[in-house]
Amino acid sequence: MAHAALDPAASSADPGPRDMVTADGVPLKLSLKRAERRRKITAFLLVAPLLAFILITFVIPIGQMMWRSVDNPVIGTVLPQTIETLSDWDGEDLPSEETYAALVSDLAAAQENRSVGQLAIRLNYELSGARSLVAGLAREADELEAPFREAVIDDNRRWGEMQIWHILKREGRPYTTAHYISAVDMRYNADGELVRQPATQRVYVQLFLRTLALSVAITCTTLLLGYPIAFLLASLPMRTSNLLMIFVLLPFWTSLLVRTTAWIVLLQQQGVINDLLVWSGIISNSGRLPMIHNAVGTVIAMTHVLLPFMVLPLYSVMKGISPSYMRAARSLGANNWTAFWKVYVPLTVPGIGAGAILVFIISIGYYITPALVGGQSGQMISNLIAFHMQNSLNWGLAAALGTILLAGVLILYWVYNRIVGIDNVKLG
Amino acid sequence: MALPTYAGPLERTWYYAFRIFCGLVLFFLIAPILVIIPLSFNVQPYFTYTREMLTFDPDGYSLRWYQEFWNSTAWMNSIRNSLIIGVFATLIATVLGTLAALGLSRREMPFRGLIMGLLISPMIVPLIISAAGMFFFYSSIGLAGTLPGVIMAHAALGTPFVIITVTATLVGFDHSLTRAAAGLGASPATAFRKITMPLILPGVISGALFAFITSFDEIVIVLFLAGVEQRTIPREMWSGIREQISPTILAVATVLVLFSIALLTTIELLRRRSERMRGMSPH
Repeated sequence: MAHAALDPAASSADPGPRDMVTADGVPLKLSLKRAERRRKITAFLLVAPLLAFILITFVIPIGQMMWRSVDNPVIGTVLPQTIETLSDWDGEDLPSEETYAALVSDLAAAQENRSVGQLAIRLNYELSGARSLVAGLAREADELEAPFREAVIDDNRRWGEMQIWHILKREGRPYTTAHYISAVDMRYNADGELVRQPATQRVYVQLFLRTLALSVAITCTTLLLGYPIAFLLASLPMRTSNLLMIFVLLPFWTSLLVRTTAWIVLLQQQGVINDLLVWSGIISNSGRLPMIHNAVGTVIAMTHVLLPFMVLPLYSVMKGISPSYMRAARSLGANNWTAFWKVYVPLTVPGIGAGAILVFIISIGYYITPALVGGQSGQMISNLIAFHMQNSLNWGLAAALGTILLAGVLILYWVYNRIVGIDNVKLG
Repeated sequence: MALPTYAGPLERTWYYAFRIFCGLVLFFLIAPILVIIPLSFNVQPYFTYTREMLTFDPDGYSLRWYQEFWNSTAWMNSIRNSLIIGVFATLIATVLGTLAALGLSRREMPFRGLIMGLLISPMIVPLIISAAGMFFFYSSIGLAGTLPGVIMAHAALGTPFVIITVTATLVGFDHSLTRAAAGLGASPATAFRKITMPLILPGVISGALFAFITSFDEIVIVLFLAGVEQRTIPREMWSGIREQISPTILAVATVLVLFSIALLTTIELLRRRSERMRGMSPH
């Protein structure tokens, strides 16, 4: 902008802004526009390195994970001819001889290049027992002779049932909703209809509900404990409140693993709290309270971990409320309680909203603390995602569960952004 | 907040009940951290107070768990790994984050909301999802189980904190100062070095500290991405808690508590300095 000074001759000849030109004779409007664009580019160039970095290290990996939840390459690539012939199958009767022949030739090839294993695992997610069904036929595939339909059904009569063929036709497509269907405890029955899992096998919906319930419980306890603390800190003189703030900030800055370890030390059967209760005679030695490896342990430890996230936003809102509002309410005849409930609390609602959503967002995706102190009943959805990632290796299902969780968190984040604005987040 | 002299008995009861409740909550916050410190000096391999400890018998106390910690190659390796990963992740996060914050706080920045949302997302997305995504992607490009892989992941997690703290310092930033520098003949680089940088430095440093502590304390990504060679302190504590539970963990925890006290003090000093400096600049 420095060189975009007005040409005095041009401006004296015609004062209209339309024809103003710079010293170089470029119209002012154009020159300003160029300067504006240059500044835009500079601003963008400053952000570009980080943007590229985050895209590569973070956004693409997450996108790829979400992709994995619908990606379904195995059946289509291992059984290409079978899937091809199944495309005109009406699904009413058993498939034609041609399809059985294609299956035998596909499986023979798969046995050759050792891709039967992944096919068997993939199909077993859809139909229990499919692993041995596929592996058994693949071993024999070389020696089977026409007519293939009889030979294959002879190998295992389940090849003569409709269910496996419905599955092959449905899951032979390159994309699948199968992982999402399992993630909401549904399945296809033998006739290819969508039904709920039998009651004993429903896991995920219940776990999602439990995660929500635990998160709500944790949010409520942090609010219950955090509101008075924030009120106290905001109303005490600066010197005292700064000192008491250490009680909130030190846990905030202490390693999560340290805090979780501390709760294990405190809560376990032979731990400090149980020892104290036995020593003081409140409970007997045989009646030690089970406070860890269950939902109680998760709620206590996570309340402790997340309490600062509630106190800090509440404190910053309360700090901005002038005490004269309460005094005005008192002088207008309200008693202490009415003044607090009708004047003070409504003014802190933005802080309550910010703190509650923040705590809820963090707790809904929490992994470490439930894994260490949660036991069976304190597990959350994250723990099951980790289980499918590391133990059962059902990555498609892990990705689907993760995508559902992510969608929930992003909606909450959007709400949070509407209430607070991410720019207004204060740290420390 | 002081109780007025004319307060009735009900008000007095409320007042003291409130104070006691707050005292209990503050106790709840701080006690777990303080409880483990004496236990780390326990001579017995137990996680609870022994009779000797409670009677302050010197025989009940020892430094054996600190010694064990100091002599263990696994723990020492984990400290080295944590520091290497933390320092490099912080460097990347701070440099890129500060540049981005400078760009984002400009009025002319195009698509500001969208880009801000993307850059902040590592802070919002649950760690288990980030870890799962990174595990798949980093494995496919051969970065899983390597130091650079963990460093990149941690740098990505740390940048939102740098952006937030630096943006916060830039809110009160008086842009006429850089224009004045330019008017006095300073090149943009000189103006940045001599004017902008000293003013936003507190924000940069506290952002860097946040990024460092994020990496230093991070475990979920390490669980998924790191191999045996890249075990960090939290990773070592994790297996300590899950596998062979020994009070060495408490010794480590005590050291970490002291470390966080040091960090907390630094941040507080920086905050005061930043407020002082921003109080000086005219608005």
